[in-house]
Amino acid sequence: MGPSLNLLIALSLVYVAFLFLVAFAGERQAARGHGLLRGPAIYTLSLSIYCTAWTFYGAVGYAARSGLEFMTIYLGPTLVFVGWWWVLRKLVRIGRAERITSIADMISSRYGKSTSIAVLVTLLAVVGTTPYIALQLQSVTLSFGVFAAPGTQASELKGLAFWVAAGLAVFTILFGTRKLDTGERHDGIVSAIAVEAIVKLVALLSVGLFVVWGLNGGAAATREVIATSELADWTAVPGRWAALIFVSGAAVICLPRMFQVLVVENSDERHLATASWAFPAYLLAMCIFVVPIAATGLARMPAGANPDLFVLTLPLAEGREGLALLAFLGGFSSATSMVIVAAVALATMLSNHVVMPLWLAFNERDGARRATISGDVRDVVLRARRVSILVVLAMGYAYFRATGGTAALASIGLISFVGMVQVLPALLFGLFWTGATRFGAAWGIATGFAVWAWTMLVPVLASEAFLAAGPFGIAALRPEALFGLAGDPLVTALVLSLGLNTLVFCAASLLSRPTVMEQLQTPRFVQVFDRATPARAGRRRASAGAEELLVMAQRILGAEEAQALFAAEAAAQGRPDALPETTPELLERLERSLAGSVGGATAYAMVTGITGDAAVSVEDLLAVADETAQIMEYSTRLEAQSQELTRTAGELRAVNDKLTALGHQKDAFLSQVSHELRTPMTSIRAFSGILRHADLSDADRTHYAGIILEESERLTRLLDDLLDLTVLESGQVVLNPADVDLHDVIERSVTAAGQTGLTLTRDPAAEVVTLRTDGDRLAQVFINLITNAGKYCDAEAPALRIVVRPEADALVVDFVDNGSGIAPGDRGLIFEKFARLSDQAAAGSAGLGLAICREVMLRLGGDIAYLPGQGGAAFRVRLPRDVPMADAAE
Amino acid sequence: MADAAGRAVEHIPRVLLIEDEQNIATAISFLLGQAGWRVSTHSDGATALEAIARHAPDVVVLDVMLPGRSGFDVLGGIREGAGDVPRDLPVLMLTAKGQAKDRERAEALGASRFMTKPFSNQELVAAVTALARSTA
Repeated sequence: MGPSLNLLIALSLVYVAFLFLVAFAGERQAARGHGLLRGPAIYTLSLSIYCTAWTFYGAVGYAARSGLEFMTIYLGPTLVFVGWWWVLRKLVRIGRAERITSIADMISSRYGKSTSIAVLVTLLAVVGTTPYIALQLQSVTLSFGVFAAPGTQASELKGLAFWVAAGLAVFTILFGTRKLDTGERHDGIVSAIAVEAIVKLVALLSVGLFVVWGLNGGAAATREVIATSELADWTAVPGRWAALIFVSGAAVICLPRMFQVLVVENSDERHLATASWAFPAYLLAMCIFVVPIAATGLARMPAGANPDLFVLTLPLAEGREGLALLAFLGGFSSATSMVIVAAVALATMLSNHVVMPLWLAFNERDGARRATISGDVRDVVLRARRVSILVVLAMGYAYFRATGGTAALASIGLISFVGMVQVLPALLFGLFWTGATRFGAAWGIATGFAVWAWTMLVPVLASEAFLAAGPFGIAALRPEALFGLAGDPLVTALVLSLGLNTLVFCAASLLSRPTVMEQLQTPRFVQVFDRATPARAGRRRASAGAEELLVMAQRILGAEEAQALFAAEAAAQGRPDALPETTPELLERLERSLAGSVGGATAYAMVTGITGDAAVSVEDLLAVADETAQIMEYSTRLEAQSQELTRTAGELRAVNDKLTALGHQKDAFLSQVSHELRTPMTSIRAFSGILRHADLSDADRTHYAGIILEESERLTRLLDDLLDLTVLESGQVVLNPADVDLHDVIERSVTAAGQTGLTLTRDPAAEVVTLRTDGDRLAQVFINLITNAGKYCDAEAPALRIVVRPEADALVVDFVDNGSGIAPGDRGLIFEKFARLSDQAAAGSAGLGLAICREVMLRLGGDIAYLPGQGGAAFRVRLPRDVPMADAAE
Repeated sequence: MADAAGRAVEHIPRVLLIEDEQNIATAISFLLGQAGWRVSTHSDGATALEAIARHAPDVVVLDVMLPGRSGFDVLGGIREGAGDVPRDLPVLMLTAKGQAKDRERAEALGASRFMTKPFSNQELVAAVTALARSTA
C-alpha cells in the first residue's frame, strides 16, 4: 500500500508553496539587479520546459509501446541546438532588437506588423496548446490515481485536476502579470521553472538508478532485461522517424512556451552558446534511463499496467515510497512548469493581439484616449492578461474533461507539435527570404492550420461513425485518410499540412507584393546581423546630390558631426577639399549614423528619398507614418488611439519644419557668437601686442592694461551668459522652488544691480507678497531689468518705477523707466539673442540678457514682455502664484 | 622706391578708420600712428561716406558691423562713386564674423583687402602700408 492520497496532496501543496518562495526570491533578486539568476545555467534549465509530463511519464510509455521511437522527441531539439544554433541566434537577436513579446508578435512584426497574422498565430497557438495543457492535467491526475486507494472514484480525481488547474492559474497570474515592462521577462517564473527542471531531472535519474542497480542488479543484467523484452524486437520506420525528428526539432522553436523561454525570456544572447551544448546534454540525461525503466516495467509489472506510469508504479511496487514520492514530484514539476509558461505565453498573445485591439476598437472615441493619458491602459492590459490566463487554463481543463483523458500521452503531445509547427514556414522563410509577404504568411498558416485541424484534431474529438464515413459521406475527405492517403496518420497529416502550408506560402508570396511597412520591416529581420546593408545598396546611383545629403544629415546629426562624416569620407575618396562622391559606402555609413538617431527604417527611407533611388516615395513615407501610427497602437498596447498618433505624425512633420528653421537660426546664432567673442578678443590681442613691443609712458601702459582687463571681463560675462542660456534652453536647469517674499527678491536685486544712477520708485506695501518660485532665478531677471534701465535710460534724471500688482492667479511686476523707450520696430527683437537695436548705436549689441530673462521666466512658468505706451522703456514680468515649475522645466 | 620714400617725407599718409568699438579704434589708431600715419576715426556707418569725403584719406579701414549702415553698404557706396569719394580708394575691410561668405562678399564688392578680427598688429600695419603703395 502506498502513501495516502491526502499525504500526496499535502506534499504537492508544500511543494507549490516552496515554488512560490523560489519565485518570490527570484523576483527580489532580479529587482536588486543580481545577474546570477539570469546566467546561462538558469537559461538552459528554463529551456527544459520542453520536457513536460509527456517526457517524464510518457517517454517510458512511448518506449514500451514503440521502442526507440521516443528518442526522436529528443533528437529533434538536439539537432536544432547543435546544428541550427545560428538560426536560434538570429531569432534571439531579432527578439531582443525588436522587443518581441511572443511568437505571434514575431511573425506579425516580420510581415509589416500585421494584426490579422498576429490573430491567426494566436488562434493557432491557443488551439494547438490547449490539448497539451489538458495532457499535463491528465498526467497529474493519473499520477494521483496511482497513489489513490483502490475504491477512489474517477470523478474525484478529475475534481483534483480542477484544483490543480486553479492553483496553476493563481501562480501564473501572480508571477506572470506583475509587471508589463522589461521586455516581457518574468524572473520569478523563470526561477521556479529552473528549480522544477532540477527536480524532474533528479527524480528521473533516481528512478533510473534504482531500476538499473536496485532492481536489475547492474548494467549488464539490465541489458539482459532489455534484450529479452519486446523492445528488442522493435524496428525503425524511416519515414516516421524522419517526420518525428523534424516535428520535434521544429516544435522547439515554434511552441509558444519554447519561444517564450528561448527568445522572450533570454537576457543575453551569449547564453545561447552555453545552451547549445548544455540543453542537449540535459535531454540526454532525461532519456538515458527511459529504455531500462520501460523494459523493466514490462518485465515486472502485471500485464495491462499503464506503461505511462512505470516511473511511479515500479518504485511503489517495490515498496520504495520515498522514491515514488520523488518521482511524483518530478512529474508534477514537469506538468506545472509547462502549464505555467504556456499560460504566460498564450495570455501575452491573447491580450496583445486579440483583447487589446478589440478593446481599442470598442473604446475608439473617448475611452482609449483618456486611458492613454491617465495610464489606464496598463490596467486594461494586465486585466486582459489575467483573464487570458484563466481562459487558457479553463480551456485546457475543459478539453481534458471532454476527451475523458483517454488518448495516450504521447499522441496528444504530437498533435500539439504538428499544430504549432504550422508557423514554421512563415517564421523561417521570414528570417531568410526577403520575398516572403504577409499575404503568403497568412494563407500558408491558414491552410496548414485547416489541414492540421481536420486531420489531427477532428479524429480526437469526432465520433467513430463520422471518421469512418467522412463529411457528407465523402470518403476522400475522411480526416484520417484525406485525399485517400491512408499511410501512417501522423506522417500523412504532417506532410499534407506542412507541405500545403509551404506551397501556398511560397506561391502567395510570389504572387503578391509586400506593403511598404513590410518592406521596411523585412531588412530588420532578414539582415539583422547586417543592419547597415539594405537590400538595395548595390542599385544605388552614385550621382545623387551629396550636398542634399549633407543638408539632411546636418539637420539630424548636427552640423559638426555630419560635416566630419562627409569630410572623412571625402578624404577616403582622395578628394579632401570637396564633397564626397555619393558612393554606396558613403550612403551606408550615413545611414548607420542616422539610424542611431531616427531608427533604421526611417534612416533608410530618408537616404533613399534623397538619392532618388525611389524604392520609397514621399507618399509612401507618409503612408508608413500613418500605418506605423495604427500599428503601434496595437503592438505597443500602451500608445493607443489612432487619432492621437496621426496627430503625432502631424507634429513630427511640424517638428521637421521647425528643425529646418532652427538650422538657419543656429547658423545665424553661431555667426553672432563668433562676432561677440572676436570683438573683445581683438582689443585684447591688439593691446597685448602694443604693451609688449611699444615704448609707452606709464600712463598709457596703465590705460591699455585697463582696456585689456575690461575686455577680458566682457568676454567672461559673455561666456557666462552663453553657458547660462544653453543650460536654460536645454531644459537641464535645476530650479529650487521655495516660498519667497517678493519684497526680499526686489530688495536683493536692487542691491546687486549696484550703482545705476537711477532714482527708484517703489511701493513696499504692495511688494509684501509670498509666492512659491525660485528666488535666485527671479532675482536674476530683476537685476537684468534694473541694470538695463541704468545702461540705456537716456533721460536727464533717469528714474525707474517698480510696480507690483496682483491679478487673479498671477502676480505682475512692471519695470518702467523715464527714457525714450524702445522703437516699435525693435520691440519684437529685444528678446532675441544678440539683437542689435537700430537706435542704440552707442550701446552696441544688446547681448544675451533679455534672452536669458525670457528663458528664466519660461522655466518659472511665467513670462516677460515689453509694455508699450508707458512713456519710457517698460517691461512686465508675470508670475503665477504657485509656480507649476515641474511642467515649466519639463 | 626712392620716389615713394621721397613722397613719404613731404606727404604724411592719412588713414580713416571707421570702427564703432571704441577700444579697437584706440588700438588701431595707436598702431598706425606709430607707423607714421595720420589717423582719423569715425564710428557711424550712416555718415561714413561724408566722413570719407571730408577727410580725403589715402586708405580707409572699414569695419563691417557698424551702427546705421553696414560696412558692406559703405564699401558698395564707395565703389559706385557715391558722394565725392574716389572710386578706387583702397579699402581694408575688417570683420569679426570670420565666415567665408563674408570674405566672398567683401571681395565681390571690391574690397582691396580683407582681414578677420582679431588680427596681428604687424599684419594690419603691413596691409595698410601695402595699400598705400599700390596706389602710389
